[in-house]
Amino acid sequence: MIYSDKVMDHFQNPRNVGTLPDADGVGQVGNPVCGDMMTFYVKVKDNRLTDVKFQTFGCGAAIAVSSMVSEMALGKTVQEAMDITNEKVAEELGGLPKNKMHCSNLGADALHAALENYQARKAGTASGPAAAGRERAAEGAAPDHCPYCDGPVQGPPNMCSCKTCDLDLVECGHCHLYTNGAETRCTHCGAQLER
Amino acid sequence: MKRVYLDHIAAAPLAPGVFEKMRPFLEAGFGNPQSLHSDGQAAAEAVEEGRERVAALIGAAPEEILFTASGTEANNLAVKGLAQGRRAKGNHLVVSAIEHASILNPVKTLEKSGFQATIVPVDRQGRIDPAAVAGALRKDTILVSVMTANSEVGTIEPIAEIVRAVKAEAPGALVHTDAVAAAGNIPLDVEALGVDALSLSGNAFYGPRGSAALFLRKGTKLVPQTEGGVQEGGRRGGSEDVPAIAGMGEAALLAAAAMPERTARMTVLRDRLLDGLPRRVERVYPTGSREHRLPYHASFCVEFVEGESLLLGLDFKGIAASSFSACTSKSLKASHVLLAMGWDHALAQGSLIFSLIETTAEADIDAVMDAFPPVVQRLREMSPLYTEFLKETRR
Repeated sequence: MIYSDKVMDHFQNPRNVGTLPDADGVGQVGNPVCGDMMTFYVKVKDNRLTDVKFQTFGCGAAIAVSSMVSEMALGKTVQEAMDITNEKVAEELGGLPKNKMHCSNLGADALHAALENYQARKAGTASGPAAAGRERAAEGAAPDHCPYCDGPVQGPPNMCSCKTCDLDLVECGHCHLYTNGAETRCTHCGAQLER
Repeated sequence: MKRVYLDHIAAAPLAPGVFEKMRPFLEAGFGNPQSLHSDGQAAAEAVEEGRERVAALIGAAPEEILFTASGTEANNLAVKGLAQGRRAKGNHLVVSAIEHASILNPVKTLEKSGFQATIVPVDRQGRIDPAAVAGALRKDTILVSVMTANSEVGTIEPIAEIVRAVKAEAPGALVHTDAVAAAGNIPLDVEALGVDALSLSGNAFYGPRGSAALFLRKGTKLVPQTEGGVQEGGRRGGSEDVPAIAGMGEAALLAAAAMPERTARMTVLRDRLLDGLPRRVERVYPTGSREHRLPYHASFCVEFVEGESLLLGLDFKGIAASSFSACTSKSLKASHVLLAMGWDHALAQGSLIFSLIETTAEADIDAVMDAFPPVVQRLREMSPLYTEFLKETRR
């Protein structure tokens, strides 16, 4: 199996699935074209997350990641929840396949988007849910591994190529993930690639 | 829990009797067919028997069969070997948009060395229009490669009509067909089809993994891609894989005899899935052609859920299926086949394929019918897209 037992447990028995109609913050990342889409709902009382719910469209990793994030965030203060990183989530799950690290491991981003929405609502700058881009996750950094063969990547951001399959990789201006330079559209989010 | 295996397109079990046929050549009969001694000659006889049987399966002459180690190798050899062999006559290639990577990637490689390629589109059912192929031909077209059937959506292509259209328009162009998903499962005759080359794989018809062949019409020039000794008439070097060839031959013999019965039985089971699953679960769409369809193949797009989680959910219930969703593929790319057929990215994410094997029984289909609705329902309850859909339909 490509996934750890912990990932499979969270996939098969996800914690905190659902929506919160009276949420204090709602955040969403991804879209169906990427393959993964996550929506997080949070309830906050006295600066603590008293309820966290999520919905996810995506692969096994995406579902397990969302479930783990919800479990890690529940009961934490807003600041503690903001400190949860995608890397910590993957670690808690006993690791994720390399090629899933960038595309499916967005749970913390979705949670942060929900928390930012909560803060904005509190400050009176937002009233509805907010959608945050996934760009914060990967901005300005070349991928560690080729999205096609998992091989090591060489070169600076936006000029990098895969050592193993010899593909030039280009960064998508929309989702900031890397795609084969021969493509015209980003294979993650479908956006037109600009040269 | 009894496992229900419905992933023929990934791997199929050996037909009864195939292993027994191979076994002597893994044990005492280990000789090299190129050796002059009796041990070698016994192996050579087995190779030639295998060649005759594989040839008979597709109506070819034995000397028109050359063995390879995979369907992928046969496709690479055909595309590169035939194109390079005709270079003096032109440099234009024509392929369909839904070919396997073992056709499309060699074509890309050839493009880097000066060849040009035209990709012919397909319709919503994944069918290739012979007129569209003819329309893509140029004076310098040297090779057309169009698959016999697509393993992802099950559609069978009108190869004989395509060959006729090509030969009428460009008599000098060769036609190759990747018949890996079709050979041994539907009747194929290279004379009736009129193709110059055809790739087939043993495992697709219950022969061993690593057994495959390329049919090459007598007199067709091919530039070898694996250079070495005189094996396979010098067109493919490397010591013959005697057990694989013997096993493929046996499977070919069995497939030819069993085809009518297998087809009749599997078609009924396949149709139960194609009709039954969309009836049991809303927004489940069969993909590919219903009329021109592989007998072992039922494929779908399941809306609001993603293919990899469907596979994992079904696997928990003991069912092995496959998907070509972006998340399932190592390359994280959406299926080029579904996109070429006009499915949008989101629906292509819900790609799901049940491909039946020879031993698939009524009870296995019952198991899928029972397991499928709750697996989809559970994932949909988690899916923000489904929640959105429910909200909209309630409005």
